[in-house]
Amino acid sequence: MELTTLDLNIWRGDAKGGELVSYRVPVREGMVVLDAVLWVQANMASDLAVRWNCKAAKCGSCSAEIDGFPRLMCKTPIAEYGGRISVGPMKAFPVIKDLVTDVSWNYEVNKEIPPFTPSEKDLSSSEPWRMQQKDVERVMEFRKCIECFLCQDVCHVLRAHDLKGAFQGPRFMVRIASLEMHPKDVLDRRALLKGKAGLGYCNVTKCCTEVCPEHIHITDNAIIPLKERMDDVYFDPVRSLLRRLGGGGKHPA
Amino acid sequence: MSTASYETVETDVLILGAGGAGLRGAIAAAEAGARVLVVCKSLLGKAHTVMAEGGVAAAMHNVAYQDSWEVHFADTMKGGKLINNWRMAEIHAKESPDRVIELERWGAVFDRTWQGRIHQRPFGAHTYPRLAHIGDRTGLELIRTLQDRAVHTAGVDVHMETTAFKLLTADGRVVGALAYRRSDGSLILYRCSALVLASGGAGKMYRVTSNSWESTGDGTALAYDAGAQLRDMEMVQFHPTGMVWPAGVRGLLVTEGVRGEGGVLRNKDGERFMERYDHERMELSSRDVVARAINSEVIAGRGTPHGGVYLDISHRKPEFIKSKLPSMYEQFLKLSNVDITKQPMEVAPTLHYMMAGVRVEPETGATNVPGLYAAGELAAGLHGANRLGGNSLSDLLVFGKRAGDAAAEAVKRSPKAGNTKIDPAQVQQAIAALMAPFDRPAGESPYKLHAEIQDTMSTHAPIVREAAGLKEGLVKIEDLRERANVCGTGGSTTLAFNPGWHTSWDIRSMLVNAEALLRSALERKESRGAHARSDYPKTDDQLASVNYITKQTPHGMSVEAEPIPTMPSYLAEILHRSYATYTPEEME
Repeated sequence: MELTTLDLNIWRGDAKGGELVSYRVPVREGMVVLDAVLWVQANMASDLAVRWNCKAAKCGSCSAEIDGFPRLMCKTPIAEYGGRISVGPMKAFPVIKDLVTDVSWNYEVNKEIPPFTPSEKDLSSSEPWRMQQKDVERVMEFRKCIECFLCQDVCHVLRAHDLKGAFQGPRFMVRIASLEMHPKDVLDRRALLKGKAGLGYCNVTKCCTEVCPEHIHITDNAIIPLKERMDDVYFDPVRSLLRRLGGGGKHPA
Repeated sequence: MSTASYETVETDVLILGAGGAGLRGAIAAAEAGARVLVVCKSLLGKAHTVMAEGGVAAAMHNVAYQDSWEVHFADTMKGGKLINNWRMAEIHAKESPDRVIELERWGAVFDRTWQGRIHQRPFGAHTYPRLAHIGDRTGLELIRTLQDRAVHTAGVDVHMETTAFKLLTADGRVVGALAYRRSDGSLILYRCSALVLASGGAGKMYRVTSNSWESTGDGTALAYDAGAQLRDMEMVQFHPTGMVWPAGVRGLLVTEGVRGEGGVLRNKDGERFMERYDHERMELSSRDVVARAINSEVIAGRGTPHGGVYLDISHRKPEFIKSKLPSMYEQFLKLSNVDITKQPMEVAPTLHYMMAGVRVEPETGATNVPGLYAAGELAAGLHGANRLGGNSLSDLLVFGKRAGDAAAEAVKRSPKAGNTKIDPAQVQQAIAALMAPFDRPAGESPYKLHAEIQDTMSTHAPIVREAAGLKEGLVKIEDLRERANVCGTGGSTTLAFNPGWHTSWDIRSMLVNAEALLRSALERKESRGAHARSDYPKTDDQLASVNYITKQTPHGMSVEAEPIPTMPSYLAEILHRSYATYTPEEME
C-alpha cells in the first residue's frame, strides 16, 4: 500500500521535560525519517532542534530513537514502518532540546585514552612503513566507527545504570581495540581496560553490536578479544606471577 | 536593542572550522607553540571532510613507479585549465606525499599493496594511480586521525557547535570574531592574534548537492565582509555522479572510485557514451567533462526515466565490489534498494565543490587582510577551473599545515590578543543584526528563502550558463537579499538550539557566495573547465592568463580581471613534457 501521509510524533521539550507532538507529513518516494523531520522543521516548527550533517550515514550525527529503537534517522526509510512513527532523543544522554542530546561526555572519554604510539624505531625511521593488508584489515573494521554513539545509547551499563564514571562504553572499547591491534602500536592499555575504562562492566549482551549502523562486530571482535587480553594478564595465575616478576611485551600506558 | 552581553575568550590562533584543513592547521600551530582554539558549527569529527570517499592524491609512486611530483603538478594544472595558482600547484604536488606518510605515523590505516606499501588507486585525469585510500571512506580515516591527534596535542582546545558570524577588525587587522553557541544562543567574543578560516564550501546554495547542511559559505562571506578578496568565484564543481532517486537522496555522492575501479557509464540505449566525449580517457576523464557529458545525454533524451544515466560495475566480482566500495554497496542497497553487484546505478551530476573562494598567498594561506589566513575548500587557487578527485584531501593537509604554521608565526609579531582595542559599536551592531529576526514574528521563513536561493542558483547558474540567465539570477538574488534582511523566526523566541534562527544567518552567507558566483560567471566570457557558457562555448586562449577577483567597493561588489603572473620556465617546461602512459599490467 502506497502511503501518502505520515503521522510523525516527535518528542519536543528540554531538560525540564517534554512530550510527543504529532505532525502530519506528506510522503515522498524513498523518504527517510530525517527527511520527514526536516520537512516538519521547514514547514511547521522552525525551532525544532535536530542534529544532522551528511544525510548519507557517514557522519553519525542524526542518532535518535525511532519507535524506541536507536537508529540513524538518515538511514531509516519510513517505508519500513506503518503510517505512524515516533522519534525521540537518545535516552542515555542528557537532553538539550527536542532530538538533541548532550554527548560531550564521549569527547571527554576520548581524551583519557592514550593515543596511537609507535615505537621509537618506527617513529625515527625515514622509510615509509610496510604493513600487510591482512594485518591492517583487523583494525579497519574498528576504524569504520562514525561515532554516532548509538552503541553507547543502548548499552545498559550506561543507559539503565548510568555508570558513566565506571565504564567508557562500547564506542571506546572499539577505539581501544583499534589502537591495541594496530600493527605499529606498542603501548599496553590493559591497565586502562581493567581500571578507568571499566571493561569488566560489560557482560556481553551484544546490544551494541545489534544497533551499530556500520555493522562493526563490537562484542565479538573488539570487546571479547580485549577481555581476553586483560584476563590473560590480570586473572591468569601463572601470567599474573610472571608479570610481577617483570615481563616484556607492550609498554604499559 | 540594548547592550548585549557576551563572554570573552582569548587565544593566540583562532581557527574557524574543524574539517581536515582546520584540524591540520590546529596541530601545526600548536606544535609551533601557539595556543589554538578551534571553533566549529557541528560536533567534532562530523565536518564535511568525513564524506570524502575516493582517496588522497599524492605522488608516492607506490603503484606506478613513473609517478613524480612533476606529473602530479602537470595533471593538476591541466585539470584546472591553467588558471590555477601555479605556485600552489607546485607546493601541493611536492608536499602531499609527506603529509600522507605523516598521517600514517599518526595512526591512519590505508589499504596496502602486496609489498606492504600504501596502495594507490587510479582516478579521473590523474596520469598514474595516485590516490591513497581506505576502501571508500578515506575522509573518515583522515578526520578521525587528525581529530585524535589534535585532542591529544597540548595547546589545542575545541569549541563545538559554535557558529562565528562576524570577524572583528582593529587598525585594519583581524583581531577576533563573534560567535554564538548553538545549544543556548549565548554569545562569545573571541580575541586572537591570528585567525585561520577553514570552514569549507557553499554547496548548500544549490538544490542538488552532495554537501551537508554546514556548507553555507560562511567563511567566504565573513572574509569578504572583512575586506578580503575572493577569486575565481565562477568556478564550482559539479561532480558527475550523484544519486538521482529516490527523491530523498537526490544529489548524494557516488564516489569516483566506482569509475576508478572499472565502472562504466551508459545511456538508456546501452551506449558507452563517453566514447564520444573523451575517447582516450573515457569514464576517467576530468570531472567537468564527464559531468557535462552526462548533462548532454539527459538533455538529448538519452537519459534514464529518473533523469540520469547508468553507472555499472556489476561486471566485477561481488567480493571485489564489497571490499573496494563497501559504503557504496551499502548506500544503494539501503537507500534505493539496488544491489550494485548485480544492477547498474542511476547517476547524474551534483554540486560538489568550490574551486572558488578566498584569495590567498600560496606559501602561507595569508589573505590580503592582515591577521587573516584561509585554507582548504574555502581558499581558492590550487584547483583553478576544475579540481581533480583526490586533490582536495591533499589540499587540506598541505595548506592546512602551512596556514597553521604561518598563523603561529604571525602571533610572534602581532599584538597580543588581549591588547587590541575592539570598537564596541562594531560588536553591538553585529549582535543586533544577528538577533533581529526574533523581533520580526511576521517576517518570511528563512527555510523558504533558502529554498528560493537553491532554486535560483540551480536554474540560473547550472552546469551550462548563459548571460541572460545569469543576469536574471542576479536580480533574484538581490531581491532575496532584501527579503533575507527582514526575515523572521516565525514567532519562536527561544535562543536554545533554534535552527530557524540559525538559518536566518546562514542564508546571508549563501547570498554573498551566490552573488559573487553570478557576477564572476558573467565576466568570464568563455567556457573553461567547470565554467561552461552556451553563449561563449569556446575556450578563449587569452583568458588562460586571467583570474577574476571579487572585492568590496563603496558601490557594492565588483569583479575585475587580473593577469596571472608568468609561470617560471622550470614549471612551464614540465607542462610540455609527455609522460609514458600507464598500463594496468605494470601494476605492482
